[in-house]
Amino acid sequence: MAAVNILTTQNLTKSYGGNVANNSIDFELPTGKVMALIGPNGAGKSTFVGMLCGRIEATEGQVFFDGQNISKLPAHERIALGIAYTFQITSVFSGLTLHENVALAARRYLGKDTEAVEAKVAAVLQRVGLSDRAQQIAGDLSYGHQRILEIAMGLAQDPRLFILDEPTQGLAETEVQDFIKLIRSFTDKTTILLIEHNMDVVMNAADYITVLNFGEILAAGTPQEISANAAVQAAYLGTDPDA
Amino acid sequence: MTDSKRSIILHLSFIAVLALVFFILPDYHTGNLARIMVLAIFAMGYNFLFGYTGLLSLGHALFFATGMYGLGMTMQFFDLSSGSAFIAGLICALLVSAIIGALALRTVGVAFMIITLMFSQAGYLIILYFGEYSRGDEGFIIAREARAFMGFDLSDETNRYYAALILFSICFLVIAKLVNSPFGRTLIAIRENEERAKMLGYDVAKYKLIAVIISGVVSGAAGASYALLFGYVGATFATVQYSIFPLLWVLLGGAGTTIGPFIGVLFMFYLIDLSSVVTPAYMLIAGVVLVLLTLFAPQGLAGELRKRVFKWLP
Repeated sequence: MAAVNILTTQNLTKSYGGNVANNSIDFELPTGKVMALIGPNGAGKSTFVGMLCGRIEATEGQVFFDGQNISKLPAHERIALGIAYTFQITSVFSGLTLHENVALAARRYLGKDTEAVEAKVAAVLQRVGLSDRAQQIAGDLSYGHQRILEIAMGLAQDPRLFILDEPTQGLAETEVQDFIKLIRSFTDKTTILLIEHNMDVVMNAADYITVLNFGEILAAGTPQEISANAAVQAAYLGTDPDA
Repeated sequence: MTDSKRSIILHLSFIAVLALVFFILPDYHTGNLARIMVLAIFAMGYNFLFGYTGLLSLGHALFFATGMYGLGMTMQFFDLSSGSAFIAGLICALLVSAIIGALALRTVGVAFMIITLMFSQAGYLIILYFGEYSRGDEGFIIAREARAFMGFDLSDETNRYYAALILFSICFLVIAKLVNSPFGRTLIAIRENEERAKMLGYDVAKYKLIAVIISGVVSGAAGASYALLFGYVGATFATVQYSIFPLLWVLLGGAGTTIGPFIGVLFMFYLIDLSSVVTPAYMLIAGVVLVLLTLFAPQGLAGELRKRVFKWLP
């Protein structure tokens, strides 16, 4: 049976010299849900996800994935357990074709089974609507399409947890709506952790929201609870919660 | 026709042409070609690391010299047969490249270039230091009677040409197969975007180490072949010049293409050969041509061909 929470952290802390970027974060991510991680600039969101997927070494604390303590594992081993990650700044293999980009993601766990890789690539490109561009060079795609390609590379890994770092940044309004639909369609197999600035996306796509502020969890709850939370309003709008 | 079929036909016809030109060309040129094929093995080894994995080493002379001395010393001091000595050369290259790889890959970029250069210089100095055995700069000759393999005298022009061709073909086909395999494609991915490859779950450090070892062993095979076919082992081949040559050949021929290394060596060899007929200041002509090439064909000769005409070129 799958764990109730696919990912939990205990006392997760990162300090750079004297600056504490993340202070003792205890976090729970329920399996099969879309969780949004929000917070003002500099709240420590990227540091936090960096520690989840192993790009940034934690100063203290533990990360558990599906019950297993993964705190000591290097990034690639965490990914291999079923965590997919998309970068905040678009990061694709810009000199290679779309097909090869997605195939690289699928090949890591499908190995030498070329038929399975081909089938996976075709299915994923179909799903995100990029099938007709399979042979284009990724670097020639528009920015929006490159972002979608990143999502496709994540999907091709059949992840159990999909971490998306500001995926809608720089997308046009119509693209954002399609994006929300796409994200919602993943939840049958995948848990999603979304770092997002666009409140429209957060309110429409997320089941739960966690708010970070000054490297600590300020609030956590459903979108309704969060939008009614006085402390969150204060952090975002600068209003005094006691007023 | 699929790209992989095209690629197989290209590689096999390339080898067939090399097998046939022996009958057409005068002796002088077939002698050159034998040497070019052996140096092209060196260039292919270099290209595997530089062109496909994106790691620029300035110390490949060490791997070439390791293969060369691994063969030469075991023949000289342990009386090994040419076949066993060749394998000894490969094993030496494998060990040296594994050690250097494990140490040098802790660095990246410019630091990696400098570390490999330093190791290579250290290797050169070790050869000079043990001059009593290695004969240092002066080098030593491998006796003609020892240079035989399965009854074939490798100092004979024809045998030598075809021995060079067989060794060249094996490396050429194996590397062509390798760069099209999932393993090779992962190396290309690392070259294109290392961080992304890591975050797709690939153990980048392991892949890079294996690439250094393959590159080192192929370069070592070139060194061992050179010693065996041309009968000379010397410290000149461990100098920094022989670390720069493969870089130049690969840049000229086309980094990250399977036929580029051969084209680069061929071009450079005849560029120097022909310009030295015209003037004693032949390096001036060679230099100008190299500058023009880097200006107008920055991806090398095979690289330009791929960009303009044959997009499927592996």
